[in-house]
Amino acid sequence: MPVNANSDQVLPALLARHRHNPTRLVQILREAQEALGWLSPQTLGIIAAGIDLPLARVTGVAGFYSFFHTEPRGRYRVLWSDNITDRMLGNQDLMQEMCKSLWLEAGHLSEDGLVSVDTTSCTGMCDQGPAILVNYRAITRMTSQRVAEVCELIRTETPVEQWPADFFNIDNNIQRADILLRSSLPPGDALRAAIARKPGAQSTLDEIKRSNLRGRGGAGFTTGLKWEACRNATGSGATPARYIVCNADEGEPGTFKDRVLLTEQADLVFEGMTVAGYVVGAHKGLIYLRGEYRYLLDHLESVLARRRAEGLLGHNILQQPGFDFDIEIHLGAGAYICGEESALIESLEGKRGVPRNRPPFPVTNGYLDQPTTVNNVETLAAAALIAKHGGDWFRQIGTEKSAGTKILSISGDCARPGIYEYPFGVSIAQVLEDCGATNVQAVQVSGPSGVCVAADDFKRRIGFEDLATAGAFMIFGDKRDMFEVARNFAHFFAHESCGFCTPCRVGTTLLKNCMDKIHAGHGSEYDINEIFKINHLLQAASHCGLGHSACNPMFDTLQKFRPAYERRLKSLAFEPAFSLDDALAQARQMTGRDDAGAHLATSE
Amino acid sequence: MNPDMTEPVSSPLVSSTFTLDGDEIPYAPGQTVIQAALAAGKYIPHLCYHPEFKPHGSCKLCTVKVNGRPASSCTTAAQDGLNVESETPDIKDKRRTLVQMLLVEGNHFCPSCEKSGNCMLQGLAYDLGVMSPHFPQIFPTRPVDASHPDTLLDFNRCILCELCVRASSEVDHKGVFALSGRGITKHLIVNSESGRLGDTDFAATDKAAEVCPVGVILKKRVGFAVPIGERKYDPVPISVQTVSHTHKKETV
Ligand SMILES: Cc1cc2nc3c(=O)[nH]c(=O)nc-3n(C[C@H](O)[C@H](O)[C@H](O)COP(=O)(O)O)c2cc1C
Ligand code: SF4
Ligand code: SF4
Ligand code: FES
Repeated sequence: MPVNANSDQVLPALLARHRHNPTRLVQILREAQEALGWLSPQTLGIIAAGIDLPLARVTGVAGFYSFFHTEPRGRYRVLWSDNITDRMLGNQDLMQEMCKSLWLEAGHLSEDGLVSVDTTSCTGMCDQGPAILVNYRAITRMTSQRVAEVCELIRTETPVEQWPADFFNIDNNIQRADILLRSSLPPGDALRAAIARKPGAQSTLDEIKRSNLRGRGGAGFTTGLKWEACRNATGSGATPARYIVCNADEGEPGTFKDRVLLTEQADLVFEGMTVAGYVVGAHKGLIYLRGEYRYLLDHLESVLARRRAEGLLGHNILQQPGFDFDIEIHLGAGAYICGEESALIESLEGKRGVPRNRPPFPVTNGYLDQPTTVNNVETLAAAALIAKHGGDWFRQIGTEKSAGTKILSISGDCARPGIYEYPFGVSIAQVLEDCGATNVQAVQVSGPSGVCVAADDFKRRIGFEDLATAGAFMIFGDKRDMFEVARNFAHFFAHESCGFCTPCRVGTTLLKNCMDKIHAGHGSEYDINEIFKINHLLQAASHCGLGHSACNPMFDTLQKFRPAYERRLKSLAFEPAFSLDDALAQARQMTGRDDAGAHLATSE
Repeated sequence: MNPDMTEPVSSPLVSSTFTLDGDEIPYAPGQTVIQAALAAGKYIPHLCYHPEFKPHGSCKLCTVKVNGRPASSCTTAAQDGLNVESETPDIKDKRRTLVQMLLVEGNHFCPSCEKSGNCMLQGLAYDLGVMSPHFPQIFPTRPVDASHPDTLLDFNRCILCELCVRASSEVDHKGVFALSGRGITKHLIVNSESGRLGDTDFAATDKAAEVCPVGVILKKRVGFAVPIGERKYDPVPISVQTVSHTHKKETV
């Protein structure tokens, strides 16, 4: 983060480049922060004036995203990925080492204003954790030695650009490839096939429908129907249009397959977007790339530039008059909820990432209120292959209800974590065998918002008819404490709730507090009942999928691993969360004492 | 799997009533369930819904069951033949829980609050039979803003319904209020560099000054003009009052 740049020099050009357009606000804020280190009130004021929005609106957008700072965070901002898989690899001890070495407290800026260290939600490096972000660049496989090296580089104020390049190596870890990850489709071939299919775009839509392709982002909606609804919808207003959005937010903890697809098969993804543009009649595509994957930006931009040069993007693509399509990349800024398609669209429009009321759905009223197709990265890559090889080819892969392949991101207790692409229908047991996992207690399929599968269910299969998944596959060996798994997920949801609706905004924090209370040994049967009660409310009254699934981890582990809770409970019917001894922690810290005499005697 | 839906809802047959707890409710095209219900003299609890503004769908007090599935009645379009359940023990219980959540999320000391008796949150709590906040208090730190000559902001009581945000931007065209933060740290901010209301162009005559359902945006110098016990929701429950009020307006 260069800090000598000053806002008067940077901002006018930046605002001009974004044409003073308020719908670009999130991108403006990100670029301003990259140039200036943080978003000072002065910076926010200039931006607000530049795009003609009230200052409070701009401040409110900045305040929504956890990667935007409206307070100085130091020249070095270290964030430890805090997924359960990072924890299992010892991230908490390593972070403590780092804080000690740098003389600071997690969550606070060092006294000299140089550095801050904190945690962040899963950064999508679970197969090579513990992972950190330093000024939003990923470093994986942290060890004590690497912590010492990083601290030294920070103390000597070495610019991150000059840190050893191998620190920033990120592995793809492809352990099993199938049609997507093995694809060597030459760029443009799918588009040529789509154009050649007569009488027109409808024929390729028919292939997509015939293929039975369903969304890979979690909800599993039939892609052909979504494209058809968007194609049939008409735009409105002064600039009617249709849009294709590629959802590369990949925020579900334990999921990292879109990162690998975008690294290895960017052409296939862009080709899928362009095919979608051709079928739906859209001229613009947008990729919403999570901020954690900022390091992919240059690579993706270079692939886009090459495709433009090859006539695969831009005007009259492949010499087809009127076939105009181009792709723009937007970066997120640390908000899981922006993976939800309507929140994503809000964020693309430069707003706080709050899910919209639906209906209307994005296919009729999406980006800038125009018909919009939102698809996951993997869905679009598969669509490109279908455009080339046809729907019948695709649907003979996988099972009857689940056509094609699914990419799993495998992490946790196994010998070979990484990326595995399987035809749908593979059993959990088979996957566990392939990745070298033994003595497995449970697998969390599809992340915290998915399901926790216990050992007696390992014959279950990946597929829409049984275990639908967005790709996360986290493995827990028999020594792991499933209560701690659920508690980690409870913290995740509380941190990521957008706060729009009452049940989720308050409920996720109450759940988190409840789990912390049980963890601290103050829980009772009463608290378990509270969890069930909040679960019912979240399911029934939440505004979006985040709230609906926010209690799943507690609900699942209470059903399947109740002893993990019970051994922590006091037998009383109710225990207050308050502990007199904990209340003295601040006094202990101020006096630098932690000896027995500084604690209240406990009668246990 | 994330259970969000992407499917467009198919359009209904043309007709003009749905049932709410067994009663036939007529509706006009474009009305949502709550709008039709209130117009017909049937109360559904609500906090973020206000008849002069577009439904917001955030407080979830208006949650009902539509054809067996939970939905917000303020944003659900009225359609022919819908079967809406509202006053069931299960739904009332959920509403009580929501009120309790709002109570522990902020700092509500009703006996000393100028809005007591005129407060929709308090009125709803009484009406629903909420006997205690139930959950452990969260006790957020929310400083009071007394910088404006005519208006006091006591953020301790904010339930984040965004009515002031909407009123200031849509009616007053000022954008005095906005939201910042996210999740449980979401909070109201005002549009000035100092962050204080006194430095904005807010006026006590603004629409935003009169929409707050709870005791955040308060007129200065009129404290306790009407004694507690004789205020709006003191003699008659909020449910009865809201519908007789709306009903009167509709039938005049
Ligand atoms: C809280 C939440 C987070 C989500 N995150 C993602 C995500 O990171 N990536 C994704 O593709 N879909 C995500 N989704 C699903 C999207 O809303 C949407 O269904 C999907 O992008 C549609 O693409 P598909 O049909 O190709 O799966 C999320 C949904 C919810 C409710
Ligand atoms: S359920 Fe949670 S994430 Fe979804 S809108 Fe409500 S507060 Fe936001
Ligand atoms: S101040 Fe009042 S009107 Fe504004 S958001 Fe808070 S509760 Fe709603
Ligand atoms: S009144 Fe419907 S959600 Fe608030």
